[in-house]
Amino acid sequence: MDDFLAARSQMAMSLGFHIIFACVGMVMPFFMAIAHYKYLKSGNELYKGLTKAWSKGVAILFATGAVSGTMLSFELGLLWPGFMQHAGPIFGMPFSLEGTAFFIEAIALGYFLYGWDKFNKWFHWFTGLVVGISGLASGILVVAANAWMNSPTGFDYADGVYSNIDPIKAMFNDAWLSQSIHMVIAAFTATGFSVAGVHAVMILRKKNIEFHTKAFKIAALCATIAALLQPLSGDFSAKDVAKRQPAKLAAMEAHFHTEANASFVIGGIPDEKNQTVNYGIKIPGLLSFLAHGDFNKPVIGLNDIPEADRPPVAITHYAFQVMIGLGMVLFFISALYMLALIKKKSWLQKKWLLKLFVIAIPLGYIALEAGWTVTEVGRQPWIIYNIMRTKDAVTPMPGIAVSFYIFTAVFASLSAIVIFLLHRQMKMVGRLYDVTAPSYQPKKKKA
Amino acid sequence: MTLVVIGFLWASICLYLLLGGADFGAGIIELFSGKENERKVKRIMYNAIGPIWEANHMWLIIAIVILFVGFPEIYTTISVSLHIPLVIMLLGIIARGTAFTFRHYDAVQDDWEKLYTKIFLWSSLITPLFLGIIAGSTVAGSIDRNGTDFVSTYIFSWLNPFCITVGIFTVTICGYLAAIYVIGETTNKDEINYLTRKARHTIIAVVLAGVLVFISALVDGIPLLQWIFGGTIGQVAILLASVSLLFLFFSFNKNKPNRLRVLAAFQIGMILVAVTYQHYPNILLFKDGGYLSLTQHTGSEKTMNSLGWALLIGSIFILPALFYLMYSFKKKDN
Repeated sequence: MDDFLAARSQMAMSLGFHIIFACVGMVMPFFMAIAHYKYLKSGNELYKGLTKAWSKGVAILFATGAVSGTMLSFELGLLWPGFMQHAGPIFGMPFSLEGTAFFIEAIALGYFLYGWDKFNKWFHWFTGLVVGISGLASGILVVAANAWMNSPTGFDYADGVYSNIDPIKAMFNDAWLSQSIHMVIAAFTATGFSVAGVHAVMILRKKNIEFHTKAFKIAALCATIAALLQPLSGDFSAKDVAKRQPAKLAAMEAHFHTEANASFVIGGIPDEKNQTVNYGIKIPGLLSFLAHGDFNKPVIGLNDIPEADRPPVAITHYAFQVMIGLGMVLFFISALYMLALIKKKSWLQKKWLLKLFVIAIPLGYIALEAGWTVTEVGRQPWIIYNIMRTKDAVTPMPGIAVSFYIFTAVFASLSAIVIFLLHRQMKMVGRLYDVTAPSYQPKKKKA
Repeated sequence: MTLVVIGFLWASICLYLLLGGADFGAGIIELFSGKENERKVKRIMYNAIGPIWEANHMWLIIAIVILFVGFPEIYTTISVSLHIPLVIMLLGIIARGTAFTFRHYDAVQDDWEKLYTKIFLWSSLITPLFLGIIAGSTVAGSIDRNGTDFVSTYIFSWLNPFCITVGIFTVTICGYLAAIYVIGETTNKDEINYLTRKARHTIIAVVLAGVLVFISALVDGIPLLQWIFGGTIGQVAILLASVSLLFLFFSFNKNKPNRLRVLAAFQIGMILVAVTYQHYPNILLFKDGGYLSLTQHTGSEKTMNSLGWALLIGSIFILPALFYLMYSFKKKDN
């Protein structure tokens, strides 16, 4: 494995790993706060148990997200010094604010986890909410930094010199809004479906049914609302990408030739050599409509992009298809659930509905990772779009492959341990968190 | 505004050493506790660091963000030349942070906990060791910007007696801070005696490691003595550090844990002043005699302004919340 590929793989893996924990950290605190609110309002001990159970999960996931985030702040320099040397002062503003948000999140988590019966109950509730709000803010800020790589602004560039730097303008670049809206909704969808699905499993196994039903309802409601909104934000993003990064859009859709009334390709195997897509289903005009809101407007194809500036087509296209496909599946499940809530109350008791949620456990996260792949691979060969190429940013240090293998091993074992720990949390619900269960027997506080 | 940013950088490094360092120290003390005391130490340490555990480690992130936004050349130079120790330190941070949380939040208690504990303890030792090595490397003049071969560019940039002894010194400081901080966490007489004994051992370790640093500086031809004692600020800082150590010795049996804490933190802060001020603002000293300076090698003026304001506004939110967090959990314990 050559060093450049190793560096890219290591970065992709670190981000792909971190993104899951970051999203959970953004979303779970809100679920927790809802359950906590219901407990404070109703006095129902089940909700208190649920809040505690979820907060344990948040603690485990937050710790993992915190260290992988720390690692990323170093990795930017370890792997891409050429990039950071110039980009740091330009796109650093969201990072410095994110540092604050992340710090507040950690402090609030300290209050929340250790503050049961120590503080005024509403203050305690509020600290839990702050965990979520600051997590959300961190997420938006980091995505704003990433958006700058897609639509660099806030500086003048000539002959390798970056001048006239305006970090505020760089933060509010053209892509920040569409990207962060899409990311936040994706986080709610993915986390919501995972959480709801896991509780659905327990309901289907007839374990602590009342407890898990309460949990399921909170997560499922958030997840389905988010999944129903996501196509709107996706449309906003698509139009934005069409305007700013035509090469990325062309790669997403394996759109080889500029044409009016361009077709939207579903599935298919892109053949980059012959500049065509095999076996795909083509819907004429739809791509033009999605990109520009007009069936007849031409969409720029890869043939109008210099060969050296084209992103890898196959990966981008497949990732995009996976994201869209899974997004539609989740949309469909959400529509059914909404229908059940509003009109067909009897469906809520049906096993098939719960089973759909079980199937959906990984889907949101797969879609999220796929979307991430689209935006990152679709930006290649640039690290700063149209300014700096990724290969010019990589570290001169040789042997990055070794570090890639080491970190692969670390991330793989961490993922395994986290899943194992969460599984154990679920198994112990009856003992530790469900007051109505006959086996309820919370741990005595350690002296 | 650059000065404000530099102030924040120094403060976050200092606080990381005083708070995060004590967290590392908690693991180190536990590692060097005999079998019969292990559980006891673990429980006391956990009570002490649990609530502020995550927050203590945020200081490192703040410092890094300040570096890469405000001083990109310094950040990237360190990242390239010290790639290897940084990676080892990161592995330490990852292993430690996760193992600590895992061992306390595992719903089932069984042999897995032993594994997490082992990982936690060893990474508590390795991480500050390499943090110290990295800190030593920045001023050791061992970083070779023009290096042509792998070994001299990426290995000997940090692998030399001076850097290693600074690493060991950092480890002893962490252990010392932890031992002092936790004395007030328990009211049990036996435990207090045990921890006091531990604290005395760590003081001896700090002094011995400090002597080693001076010896290795002589060996490696680093003018450490001159840096520290060459100016009034250094002399005063060292004097104050020694006086507070003296006070500390007499305060052990007075049952005033907060006084111990303040004295120890003050002492280490003074040591940090003494070792950093003389070559300020040059933060990176190279083999070829060149340097990178905090006042010269900065980002653009607009960047420094917005970074400075972000830090100032951020600290309005962070500091009161953090102090109240520490206060409310300490109050309850005492």
